[in-house]
Amino acid sequence: MVKKLKGILYISIAVVCILGFVFPNKHPHFWWQKIPVFDVVYGFIGCIVIVLVSKWLGHAWLMKKEDYYD
Amino acid sequence: MINIVPPVLIYFAGALLILLLRKRILIQAIALLVPVIAFVNLLNMPHAVYWTCQFLDYELILGRVDKLSMVFAYVFVIMSFIGMVYAIHIKEYGQHVAALFYVGSTLGVVFAGDLFTLFVFWEIMAIASVFLVWYRKTKASLDAGFRYVLVHLFGGCMLLAGIIIHVVTTGSIAFELFDFGTVAAKFILFGFILNAAVPPLHAWLSDAYPAATITGAVFMTAFTTKSAVYVLLRSFPGVELLVWLGAIMALYGVVYAVLENDIRRLLAYHIISQVGYMVCGVGLGSEMAINGASAHAFCHILYKSVLFMGMGAVIHVTGREKMTDLQGRDLYKKMPITLVLYMVGAFSISAVPLFNGFVSKTMIGAAAGLLQRPSIELMLHLASIGTFLHTGLKLPWGVWFGLKKGDEDEIEDVKEPPFNMLLAMGIAAFLCIFTGVYPKVLYDILPYPVHYHPYAASHVVGMIQLLLLTLAAFWIYIDKLGGEATVSLDTDWFYRMFGRGCLWFCNRLLNGIRSGVQGSLSSEVISVGKISKNPYVFLEMVINSIQGKKVLYQNIINRPYNENSYRIQIGIGACAAIIFLFFLGIFYIKAG
Repeated sequence: MVKKLKGILYISIAVVCILGFVFPNKHPHFWWQKIPVFDVVYGFIGCIVIVLVSKWLGHAWLMKKEDYYD
Repeated sequence: MINIVPPVLIYFAGALLILLLRKRILIQAIALLVPVIAFVNLLNMPHAVYWTCQFLDYELILGRVDKLSMVFAYVFVIMSFIGMVYAIHIKEYGQHVAALFYVGSTLGVVFAGDLFTLFVFWEIMAIASVFLVWYRKTKASLDAGFRYVLVHLFGGCMLLAGIIIHVVTTGSIAFELFDFGTVAAKFILFGFILNAAVPPLHAWLSDAYPAATITGAVFMTAFTTKSAVYVLLRSFPGVELLVWLGAIMALYGVVYAVLENDIRRLLAYHIISQVGYMVCGVGLGSEMAINGASAHAFCHILYKSVLFMGMGAVIHVTGREKMTDLQGRDLYKKMPITLVLYMVGAFSISAVPLFNGFVSKTMIGAAAGLLQRPSIELMLHLASIGTFLHTGLKLPWGVWFGLKKGDEDEIEDVKEPPFNMLLAMGIAAFLCIFTGVYPKVLYDILPYPVHYHPYAASHVVGMIQLLLLTLAAFWIYIDKLGGEATVSLDTDWFYRMFGRGCLWFCNRLLNGIRSGVQGSLSSEVISVGKISKNPYVFLEMVINSIQGKKVLYQNIINRPYNENSYRIQIGIGACAAIIFLFFLGIFYIKAG
């Protein structure tokens, strides 16, 4: 089941990458909007950055035991 | 022609009527009818200024009806209907009353044409909504409610200060565009952005919303922050500060959502994040940005209600609100309809094409692009990733699925929530899809003509790329993203600690000094008390000390008072009187 889902995910990613080339942005405001797979890279790296930075901030500083305010 | 009345009156009248009625069915009917009547009333309200009255030397305006106020009014009224359907089963009718006052006063704010009217409804909003927190009737909600209302009253004071300075300096109470350079405008902006939950003034939201009742929280998600967005749109469009505050706010909520374990607090942080888009839109100030902010407020109210209703249903059924208490219990098998409806809201907030977030959120990003604001566009884009990561993936995964650790307890009697809850979620979910598939219905009511096509192929592909890769990254970190049984420090730490400090100052320091002084001087105070009852003993003590007699003074003052021991023979008195008269006589004769 998990393997199947992984397969579907990989295929979908491949398809949207190709679609990025088929439908380029006709009115780009910035240079990166001209890159057909920019959102693929940004989505992946952005998500990892959000998880790692937030978890680091949380464990280093923000997260406290549940009875902290009691 | 139907006679139109101020919408606020319909809601207030409904609330008062519920207070008078005793029959359950009538109360339910009124609670549902009020939004329906208000909606019909709105449909018959042409754009104009209504219901003005003189107050002192000023003109109060209860009905400034234009495109901007109508967008918000429509969605507020629709939301109040959805919220009422969701809450119709509850037997504490006080919650209906509080909700109707809350919604009514929000509509009062939306249609207010002057600052006095705005302020009055602004304060009613804060007071009415706090009851939706207190009705939870736990110590945590009582405390959170007090913090909530104190913060809002503080914000109200700042707003009032700004209004007074504004009226004194300009002589006008009209609620229009403010010149951001003035002192008055800065105070007013402070009051507004506090209600919009702009960090660092946001902690009341993530503190109070998860503490509210299940049904009350659904109302709260819609009105306070979005009415603040409305007043910002009305009075501070194009203020550069708001662009940055909005973009930072969009990311701020995302970071906290990663850390959160409480399912409704996670969603509350995403309200902050989403309102960040709107505040940013206000700051950008172009026609497209203002359209985007209004449209996003409209869509946000609908999908956020679905999300809060979904999580409310989970809490209603299981009695649990921590992800760590829910994950790995296979709830998806027992509440599939709730899951599907929740996912509609989750796809909407994540701006999946064909759901309403896609037609509104992307408009603000496009406005940032048109205005050549690269960093803002990238920040908002990054926040979109976080939104899908938490609301669309982490939360449903943690609540309905979740990795099994083997020590999960069984949650008994889990089934779908009552029909009215599902119906309310269904209506809101339908509207999310409807406005997503057919955005014209929303674009037509926006303040400015819309020249934006969300469904350009490259937009759709780009968004799917972004979301799919977010899913891929989530898959990698799936075991890291489960709930952790912690609370996160936020800016409420400052006023919680300040409150604690005040308590320490009064209780420990001042009270300590008092009890210290009392403790060390108490025996002296008692002695003085006893001496004052019998002052002769003081004389006796003085005589004793002059004579050098060593007698314990406690023995003297503890001696019971006996009047006879101080009496002297009457002859001595008479003799003294005669002597006195003798000298007086001599003095009289001499002087004469």
